Amino acid sequence: MSILINRNSRVMTQGMTGKTGQFHTRMCRDYANGKACFVAGVNPRKPGENFEGIPVYASVKEAKQQTGANVSVLYVPPAFAAAAIDEAVEAELDLVICITEGIPVRDMIRTRYKMQNKKTRLIGPNCPGIITPDEIKIGIMPGYIHKKGRIGVVSRSGTLTYEAVAQLMELGLGQSTCIGIGGDPVNGLKHLDVMKLFNDDDETDAVLMVGEIGGTDEEDCAHWVRDHMRKPVVGFIAGVTAPPGKRMGHAGAIISGGKGTAQEKIEVMESCGIRVTHNPAEMGKLLKSVL
Amino acid sequence: MKIHEYQAKEILRKYHVVTPKGVPCFSVNEAVQAAQQLGGDVWVVKAQIYAGGRGKGGGVKVAKSLDEVRQHASEILNMHLVTHQTGPEGQMVHRLFIEQGIQIEKEFYVGMVVDRSHQRVCLMASSEGGMEIEKVATETPEKIYKVLIDPIEGLSQQQAEQVAQKIGIPKQSLPGAVTLLQGLYQAFDETDSSLVEINPLALTSEQQVMALDAKMNFDENALFRHPEIVELRDLDEEDPVEIEASKHELSYIPLDGNIGCLVNGAGLAMATMDIIKLYGGNPANFLDVGGGATADKVTEAFKLMLRNPNLQGILVNIFGGIMKCDVIAQGLVAAARDVHLAVPLVVRLEGTNVDLGKKILADSGLKIISADNMADAAQKAVQAAN
Repeated sequence: MSILINRNSRVMTQGMTGKTGQFHTRMCRDYANGKACFVAGVNPRKPGENFEGIPVYASVKEAKQQTGANVSVLYVPPAFAAAAIDEAVEAELDLVICITEGIPVRDMIRTRYKMQNKKTRLIGPNCPGIITPDEIKIGIMPGYIHKKGRIGVVSRSGTLTYEAVAQLMELGLGQSTCIGIGGDPVNGLKHLDVMKLFNDDDETDAVLMVGEIGGTDEEDCAHWVRDHMRKPVVGFIAGVTAPPGKRMGHAGAIISGGKGTAQEKIEVMESCGIRVTHNPAEMGKLLKSVL
Repeated sequence: MKIHEYQAKEILRKYHVVTPKGVPCFSVNEAVQAAQQLGGDVWVVKAQIYAGGRGKGGGVKVAKSLDEVRQHASEILNMHLVTHQTGPEGQMVHRLFIEQGIQIEKEFYVGMVVDRSHQRVCLMASSEGGMEIEKVATETPEKIYKVLIDPIEGLSQQQAEQVAQKIGIPKQSLPGAVTLLQGLYQAFDETDSSLVEINPLALTSEQQVMALDAKMNFDENALFRHPEIVELRDLDEEDPVEIEASKHELSYIPLDGNIGCLVNGAGLAMATMDIIKLYGGNPANFLDVGGGATADKVTEAFKLMLRNPNLQGILVNIFGGIMKCDVIAQGLVAAARDVHLAVPLVVRLEGTNVDLGKKILADSGLKIISADNMADAAQKAVQAAN
């Protein structure tokens, strides 16, 4: 099965005609079943054009009608990205993946408000995307480091997720699906939401959960894992050495008012039965030990 | 981004938030003139720095004559004000704010932040004014009232009134409190704030509700639509290295260790600091060169790290995705030549074009300690720096 996306997903790209959009659309199209999966682009100023054979439509709604696309990936610049998410939500797509970094929090609060009671799920913003190895890749992660398998990976970061995947691969562990949920304070799917999906996925045997300082997502997820998870979960939290009050690269990676420390997250996770390594070089090893 | 108290008050007054009358000053003479101009017989001389806890550090003083204004102003201006937020070296005071003295009957706290779990702006209020809200939250959490604000409706009259009542604003002053709270939210929303804090909020002897202090922080991601706020940025308050880093779109935070870290991606950068610590070393900085770093950017990143006199080693940890290892390697070689690197350099490359990257490093003739994985890299860096 895998979660959220598979070889049958049909994807449109919002912001496909920009430099980043073009580059990654090409990389995604060239990965596994990408040629069949990436079916449309959206740009209100360039309808009727195409990018290397992928047709461009004026709106998300039209792209959906014409191609049957049910997923959108966004490379739209930050000032316009929230409105682009809104458009995809109104068109009732199943899933929107927002790669864009730097969207104002105020915009995201409004977008998340409008998403209440809507069917669309959001991954990101400020995320690397999602990959179901050897089937489909939607996002900016290097596809070749992954291989199909039975480990689920969920993380707030980009390159640290690649690191985790590389460690799994070294031990011969492939992945069912890997998701970067993004480093912003106001976002779509959280650790908890993804964990529920992995729990119900019969192709996932265990989950590696990578978190970082800021917010309480990891704690919320840990409490749910304690009560409901039927599969082993292990974790790593980045930022034990991060000073308070400083934004560590990600807009959401900040210890504020003494809250959101790595130590606190690790304690809660461990108390909920999640084994956590303090060594980021041993994420793969720890996961293997619980299989 | 942060601004000074007097600037925050200027913004908030536009949103019907009542504050004492005040004048920002840059010299002792200006301070005395300001007091004369304000009139009355009591003034408050306030240091303007971004850090909180100014009062306890001796940066806020009441003056009962113009002579006292002069005396306090000369003491505070150019002092190294040490508070719990500045660190032991303190922050040099370049600006003063002279305000009229206010007769206070009671002090309260109000603040607004983004509640991440609820994805709404949260209004927090407390009867315990003038104290650190974190302290109140730990010791007497029942004294903090929280209200989540609907992003479309805004803070309703009813919500504002309830909060004001709960913290103990007397009935006759409720209309004033409602106006102030609604104004605060409107200001928060329209300026893309990430934090607005009034501590203390005062009930004056005339039963007026007034913001005695004001703190506003802004969402950096939204500054592109607020040139008027960007103009308020006071570079004296920021670390010169961080200013330089922001010019090159590098995310850099100095720390007190001796091993510099250069990493792509925020999560991996934090994990790299953590593993250095785990193996007995101390990271000198957080540095994320981002996903699309060029050779130039890597050179600038090196220069930033080398400004640190405590630096005794550098650990480069790159997981190439979009960013190719050969590009990074070229940048490293160029940078190492350019800056005459005198400290040991440990490099760990992984990901896209890693073999090409390693070859470039090997062929460069530079003294680079190559590492196979994160653990190896951290161990070698700690060893080399000791």
